[in-house]
Amino acid sequence: MKAIVNIFLKEGVLDPQGKAIHHALDAMNFEGVEDVRMGKQIVLQLTSTNKEEALKEVEKMAEEILANTVIEDYTIELI
Amino acid sequence: MKQVAILQFPGTNCDLDTKYAFEKLGCSTTIVWHKDSSIPSNIDLVVVPGGFSYGDYLRSGAIAQFSPIMKAVVEYANAGGKVLGICNGFQILTEIGLLPGALKRNIGLHFISKFQTLKVINNNNTFLQKCNKDEVLNVPIAHADGNYYIDEVAFKALEENEQILLRYSNEKGEPIVVNGSVTSIAGVCNKSKNVFGLMPHPERALETILGSSDGIKMLEGLIA
Repeated sequence: MKAIVNIFLKEGVLDPQGKAIHHALDAMNFEGVEDVRMGKQIVLQLTSTNKEEALKEVEKMAEEILANTVIEDYTIELI
Repeated sequence: MKQVAILQFPGTNCDLDTKYAFEKLGCSTTIVWHKDSSIPSNIDLVVVPGGFSYGDYLRSGAIAQFSPIMKAVVEYANAGGKVLGICNGFQILTEIGLLPGALKRNIGLHFISKFQTLKVINNNNTFLQKCNKDEVLNVPIAHADGNYYIDEVAFKALEENEQILLRYSNEKGEPIVVNGSVTSIAGVCNKSKNVFGLMPHPERALETILGSSDGIKMLEGLIA
């Protein structure tokens, strides 16, 4: 099983990298972009076959190291 | 003679500058490798120096917080021991939760390396006791992730408890935007005022001929 962890700065926390990308898109005349947020994706190959257990374990990983919950939110997708 | 322990992680690069600084101030220093699991006895101050521990992978300071020595640092701090984190050391101390807030990418995304004026906000702590309140200091900064973030509730507590140490300012002491930090914060301490963190490098401001010696009165407070 694979776990895909997406990590983004929390809503309301200014994202300087997203902003820079937004500026670049504007400068390139791409229209219709209202906001850009940049995050990171961490893909974990798991040995577990139990989805519920895997989710619990990956949540723990996200809370303890993968994300800094002072400034970041995360989502977990299992496939 | 005061004993200073200076931590060394893979990627730390200010350990020897820090050692030089504290030896210049008359201290005896010990470099402590991150795989050690205890702080040597009779240590008066632990310094987490600057650099790029673990190449800043994942987030600055994120991996280093799990090095064996950090468990000992938390115990040392919780027992009232003095800890100073400079630059990457500040990032490590926020990651591990010894200091509030977090450090994000600079607002302009650039790595900023230059002399920077700073205003002393609170000096009723051991670190800045030798500096005057509202004094303007000139100290080098060198970082890409120094954009200090803290939520509003925690910020209020920080202000009320006089935990804000320094703000980026102009020469008159007026706050200026350098890296996007909340209210231009450059350094903070914990509530019990024994753990200190700042992005600027006082250990690089020791000789007037090299630009500034303002770092001396900052570091002196910790070993007074």
